[in-house]
Amino acid sequence: MAQNQTNQNPEPAVLSVRNVGMSFGGLRALSEVDLDVRPGEVVALIGPNGAGKTTFFNCITGIYTPTEGQVTARPRDGRERRINGMRTNLVCELGMARTFQNIRLFPSMTALENVMIGRHCRTRTGVLGAVLRGAGTRREEQEVVDKSYELLGTVGLKTMANEYARNLPYGAQRRLEIARALATEPFLLLLDEPAAGMNPQETLELKDMVLRIRTQFAVSVLLIEHDMKMVMSLSDRIYVMEYGRVISTGTPKEVSEDPQVIRAYLGEESDA
Amino acid sequence: MEYFLQLFFGGLSRGSIYALIALGYTMVYGIIELINFAHGEIYMIGAFMGLIVAGVLTAQGWPALSILVIALVVSVLYCAAYGYTVEKIAYKPLRGSQRLTPLISAIGMSILLQNYIMLAQTPDFLPFPRLIPDLAFMERFSNFLGTSDLFIIVTSLAVMVALTLFIKFTRMGKAMRATAQNRKMAMLVGVNVDQVISMTFMIGSSLAAVGGVLIASHVGQINFAIGFLAGIKAFTAAVLGGIGSIPGAVLGGLVLGWTESFATGYVSSDYEDVFAFLLLVLILIFRPAGLLGKQRAQKV
Amino acid sequence: MTAADIFRHLKKALAAAVWLAFLTLPIMVIRVDTVEKTVTWRWMHLAYMAAGSFVLALVWNIMLERRDRGQADKDQDGGEGASALARRLADPRLARPLMAFGLLAAAAFPWFFSMYQTNILVSAMIYVVLGLGLNITVGLAGLLDLGYVAFYAVGAYAYALLNYHFHLGFWTVLPLGGILGAFFGLLLGFPVLRLRGDYLAIVTLGFGQIIRLVLENWGEFSFGPSGIANISRPGLFGIPYSVEQATTYIYYIMLGLVLLTIFVTARLKDSRIGRAWLALREDEIACQAMGIDNTRAKLLAFALGATFASLMGVVFAAKTTFINPASFTFMESAMILAIVVLGGMGSVLGVILGALLLMLLPEYMRAFSEYRMLIFGATMVVIMVFRPQGLVRAKRKVYKINVETAG
Repeated sequence: MAQNQTNQNPEPAVLSVRNVGMSFGGLRALSEVDLDVRPGEVVALIGPNGAGKTTFFNCITGIYTPTEGQVTARPRDGRERRINGMRTNLVCELGMARTFQNIRLFPSMTALENVMIGRHCRTRTGVLGAVLRGAGTRREEQEVVDKSYELLGTVGLKTMANEYARNLPYGAQRRLEIARALATEPFLLLLDEPAAGMNPQETLELKDMVLRIRTQFAVSVLLIEHDMKMVMSLSDRIYVMEYGRVISTGTPKEVSEDPQVIRAYLGEESDA
Repeated sequence: MEYFLQLFFGGLSRGSIYALIALGYTMVYGIIELINFAHGEIYMIGAFMGLIVAGVLTAQGWPALSILVIALVVSVLYCAAYGYTVEKIAYKPLRGSQRLTPLISAIGMSILLQNYIMLAQTPDFLPFPRLIPDLAFMERFSNFLGTSDLFIIVTSLAVMVALTLFIKFTRMGKAMRATAQNRKMAMLVGVNVDQVISMTFMIGSSLAAVGGVLIASHVGQINFAIGFLAGIKAFTAAVLGGIGSIPGAVLGGLVLGWTESFATGYVSSDYEDVFAFLLLVLILIFRPAGLLGKQRAQKV
Repeated sequence: MTAADIFRHLKKALAAAVWLAFLTLPIMVIRVDTVEKTVTWRWMHLAYMAAGSFVLALVWNIMLERRDRGQADKDQDGGEGASALARRLADPRLARPLMAFGLLAAAAFPWFFSMYQTNILVSAMIYVVLGLGLNITVGLAGLLDLGYVAFYAVGAYAYALLNYHFHLGFWTVLPLGGILGAFFGLLLGFPVLRLRGDYLAIVTLGFGQIIRLVLENWGEFSFGPSGIANISRPGLFGIPYSVEQATTYIYYIMLGLVLLTIFVTARLKDSRIGRAWLALREDEIACQAMGIDNTRAKLLAFALGATFASLMGVVFAAKTTFINPASFTFMESAMILAIVVLGGMGSVLGVILGALLLMLLPEYMRAFSEYRMLIFGATMVVIMVFRPQGLVRAKRKVYKINVETAG
């Protein structure tokens, strides 16, 4: 592991994964995965298709319950909590918000409303409040609108606030998902292939956006990505997965020189 | 013991009918993931077609057994045509829309068909002639197994075997299995998916028609509303066995038939229909994949 | 449309007519009596059928083609746009006076029309509320509840039984009925909520049937199929009144309840809760991943829908003074669903129009009353194929943004 890591980040990890394994019946999708994300880091998870990256995301966000191991998170309040098996919505409420590989927006809601959904777990209005619509409710509602609109600005979608999500261009949909995740006030942003389907120009903009978001919102980022150029220039550290295991970790430079990684990506003569 | 056997065979013949109808639900669900709500109505139409053929031929003085055969054939052909048409009108234009849309369309189609029969025929119960004659050698079993029960069991069994062979060995059967596994992929390798879907509806409807004619002759009366309850129960059977699974539908039908038969025989006959619904609710809550179905992990 | 197009359509319609005539031939033409061994041939029906299907097939095909072409256009320009009707109705300059006029007309109705007419309108209003209630569950939260009528039965039987055994009055039972409905909603909701959409529909259908069958068979509790008669009408501070006055009284009670329901559902729809329901309907997994407690949102939608149904059950029992299980069949659930679907899932205005249309039209077109359910069924199919959003498309609120704070 990189020597300078500890100097840069003396604080304990916001997400630490120890020895996590996941089996579906007899199929082993993940085994002995260890992973840490420290405050303010951008960590990338790479690996060939089917290596178990998305399964890993699902394991730490409560969509699957890992069959082995520990996942602990340290939200902004500093109290460490075990989160494997926690319900998805509670994981999000804790402060880990994700995007999806196959964009999962709410297609018949406007862009603004999509972001407003992200505010749900940070607001309180109940049935009675909604029906009576008192001053408190109205204030909260206006706050939700304003904050969401601001977030649309962060990802450059202000002009499309009242468009239906399904009518947005592909790249905009990906960015809208990020805005929606940010609306939940996360300490850790989990991005599942954010650059998939984007052209080089868009990818470049995305990279800048992620870096900007990291500073502006003081979040850590864990992302799955296939675009190597983006991964190499964006991440502080990289984890490489193959066949459900982490086969290498380190700085982009270290990883790119690791013979195991080269083998996994390029294949070996004997494998063919 | 005799009472037990009577309930056992009663349940078996009842279950065979459920299985026949359940096959239609399960095949359609397997291919287009739609609960074909109108399927029970096809079964009811099958019974009515049987009645019409029987009525016309009895008036001419034909013998019962030949009437039965002709009624079965005509009913099967007509119901296949109905199944085909229903799919073309109510489901085909809805491919690729939201999940609930075709289901609501199916409910509408079910109501439409029920009322069509009610208006064109009658809202009252109609007597259905006994087409299955009593066989002499069945005399000594008659305390617990009637000829019509036996006939139902044997016919259903034959139909199910034929269906299994069809799906296993014919080209169309293979195309159906491929489409059920992955519709897009099947389309890419050149399966005519529209044709497969039509075929599925036609086969399912034919099976329901067989069930309709047999049960009508067994019970002795029919009306326009019989499809609703039978449909729900057969759907229960399909879910019980694991929807999408053909052996599952048969198993589910039999389990449901026996449950009803024994429960009404030993517990209470007032709540005959409640047992089926209870079973349905319990299965869906505790084991939605059914007895033979595969539990699939959700894709994210 | 070119001549070739017209010719093609005619040919297609002719083929469809021949096919449908063949298909319906035995059932439309032949009536048998297996006891008397007679057969009646009604050949005229075949002619009606063929002519009817020709026209319908022609319209169907042309509309289908237009729909498919329209969809292609829409995909290109992304044009959404509420329907012209909805847009015009949403304009406050028109909407405000229209609403005021509607309210005034509704308030004055019993003074100008007969008791019979008033009664019909009361029934229609009951369905408006039922539709709006189901709209929460189906239209907003996307949970297809096919056993909705069970909650209606809960309210009706709650009032009938409490009135029979303990002589409790309407005004006491009304809130109790609402609470009981919510309770039953939660009770039935809990086990079914992790089911996928279409399974949920079937389980709710099963529950609905179980409740009806229990009411029919558990004589000691519910008096069985013969039902409960002589249920008290609503009390009016102990003042006695005639049957005619009772109708007027119930009319105003219903009018109040309709307004309350509209108010509540409209507010809920445009709130944090309503948005959560929409998100749930759109994508369950994403919804939960964004921090919404799906189970809670679903239970809430279920329980609220049930509450309105149960309230209406109480009113229904008080209005008819007699109830039996026959009023609570699946067809009733299907009818309420048809109202929601026709009106437009998720749209309050649409559901109101849908209820009034489906309830009042058959009343005033007596000739068609036999065909009522047939038309319901056909309507559901046609709406799903050509206008799945219903008469009035649910419109999304346009939010006001504070520019100073949002920058």
